[in-house]
Amino acid sequence: MHVVVCVKQVPDTTNVRINPETNTLMREGVESIVNPFDEYALEQGLILKDRHGAKLTVVSMGPPQATAVLRESLARGADDAVLVSSRAFGGADTLATSYTIAQAIKKACGGKTPDLVLFGKQAIDGDTAQVGPGVSEFLGVPLVTYVRKIDVSVGGYGAKFSVESVMDDGVATIEGMLPAVMTVLKESDAPRYAPLSGAIRAAKADVMVLNEKDIGANPSEIGLKGSPTKVVTIFPPPIKGGGEKIVVSGADAAKAIVDFLEKKGLVKNG
Amino acid sequence: MADAPILIDVKKCVGCGKCVKGCGFGALSMADAPGVNKLGKVAEVDPAACKACFACVPACPFKAISQVKAEVNGTENIESYKDIWVFAEQTDGRVAEVVLELLTKARELKAQRGDGCKVCAVILGSGLPPSVDSELASYGADKIYKVDAPELSEYEANVYVDALSQLVVKHKPEVILAGATAIGRAFFARVAVRVRTGLTADCTALKVENTLNKDTDVMQMLLHQTRPAFGGNIMATIMTPNHRPQMATVRPKVFKKSEVDSASAAKCETIAEALKLIAPMTKIVKREPFADGVDIAAAEILVAGGRGLKKAENFAQLQRLAELLGGEVAASRAAVDAGWTGIPRQVGQTGRTVAPRIYLCFGISGAIQHLEGIRGADTIIAVNNDPNAPIFGVADLGIVGDALEIIPALIKELEK
Repeated sequence: MHVVVCVKQVPDTTNVRINPETNTLMREGVESIVNPFDEYALEQGLILKDRHGAKLTVVSMGPPQATAVLRESLARGADDAVLVSSRAFGGADTLATSYTIAQAIKKACGGKTPDLVLFGKQAIDGDTAQVGPGVSEFLGVPLVTYVRKIDVSVGGYGAKFSVESVMDDGVATIEGMLPAVMTVLKESDAPRYAPLSGAIRAAKADVMVLNEKDIGANPSEIGLKGSPTKVVTIFPPPIKGGGEKIVVSGADAAKAIVDFLEKKGLVKNG
Repeated sequence: MADAPILIDVKKCVGCGKCVKGCGFGALSMADAPGVNKLGKVAEVDPAACKACFACVPACPFKAISQVKAEVNGTENIESYKDIWVFAEQTDGRVAEVVLELLTKARELKAQRGDGCKVCAVILGSGLPPSVDSELASYGADKIYKVDAPELSEYEANVYVDALSQLVVKHKPEVILAGATAIGRAFFARVAVRVRTGLTADCTALKVENTLNKDTDVMQMLLHQTRPAFGGNIMATIMTPNHRPQMATVRPKVFKKSEVDSASAAKCETIAEALKLIAPMTKIVKREPFADGVDIAAAEILVAGGRGLKKAENFAQLQRLAELLGGEVAASRAAVDAGWTGIPRQVGQTGRTVAPRIYLCFGISGAIQHLEGIRGADTIIAVNNDPNAPIFGVADLGIVGDALEIIPALIKELEK
């Protein structure tokens, strides 16, 4: 059984701001981290490795420094790592990214579709949740989203799976046959820490780097050229002005809240 | 050799040589061309010398020189795409609220286009009750495309992708909107890839405007899609100029719904679509509603708690407060991560977007991700002991004080 987990290096978005004068992103001093959702996808991959001896490959698309997230994944127990990297991929939106990653996965798996491809639910920089579904289309395999628990019957290709998928109104148990693409929620098993031995192995491991030629990409489907969506402007979010602010405690505060609600006609007291 | 960035139309060139003088880089010259025109000369460009300044374009009085546009990747016959579609998500024959909000917005976009395009609802299901038609009509659908087939008896991403993609190819909508729900976000993304177009997720503002397409220099009615990115720290406006349909998802409660008059609703027509669909690739074997069945997005009054409540027992007091006010308990991500309550009650970018009349919150500092989720609240009352907490920037009433003291006092006051 071969499991591929896609991981993304993202800026720690809590610190990203817009420079109000130039209207451009201020990335200086913003730390790069593994997309938190992807850590949960990796954990599901590691569990399948523990249980079924699956081979686990991690794939990341990004600049050379994204190798860091791949080494971190290797340290936690992934078997091999692939970085998809080239200037030609620059400016890719979710369509071009989905195509590029799907091509890279096929290349990394010797032209075959792996049994299972896992993504985090979404990446915290873009928050689109579109690349997992997009890759499922390019690979032509079933898609199951928002998964929190994965069970697979032993046997690899053609094996049965049963997963819990969280919808808006409840949880659905979904069954199907591999291969498949799934996106994983944080409500799944907590990510493990890398053992020291893993970190040492990861530091020495080779990371395969693939460019547009290696993955046999059609030049018109990658990068800016392969991206239907264009970002026209960026701007800081509008801030709603605050109202009254008072410093009170205990019963006085309670009274102030009730008075305010009454004044607004929102509740009637007594 | 690279192609030149300009194109010389030899049928228009009279051989006058004005362009040669107009070029500051010596890239143009007159070549002998007997019989082509009276002077027997035509302009010729040296691609290696041309700096693509395009000074020659206006220098030619005969409009023989034009700028070569880079080849634009895009959908063929883009003009043939019409109408604004709303994906009418339904579960067990009940249309999702967000669909009505989107139909209302689609009417606005139709008015902005002003060219008589139609607002169409697309509904997929099996054994759909007739009540869905009248509901979609009363929120402004001019036309309903209905696919009623046994394969669609429950949501299965792969069959949904097949059905909607077939309809897109057949009817060519210019715009399609869907709710950014668990269903909408997942299968819609795959539809966008299948029909090879752009999709913008979680839009918070949409408008149609006559816009210059910089790739083709043509004025077009384009959908301006605005959405938060980088955890809500940044807003971006995104367009899909050269591909159709232009696809976008919108979270529930971002737009307000409103009905049309019954005369307009009566004009709505339903088209039953018989499609040959793939067999479902996965099967739902069990569906379990959330344990407490709460829908905070629909609540009129929310009483929310965050990290500042320190422990589960303190958070639990909010339940009594919510009962007294006739509302529901909600939580920040910190409170959910701490295990004080479940994910269905989480408000914010990674949780639910809410739009209550009253949002009363305790011990929530108001990270931007949280504020993004409460933008639709009418009245916000915040209690926090940090006078600099960002939540006070949006609160209608801000109380700087100890939430742990104020919650029991407020319960007492309301019990009076």
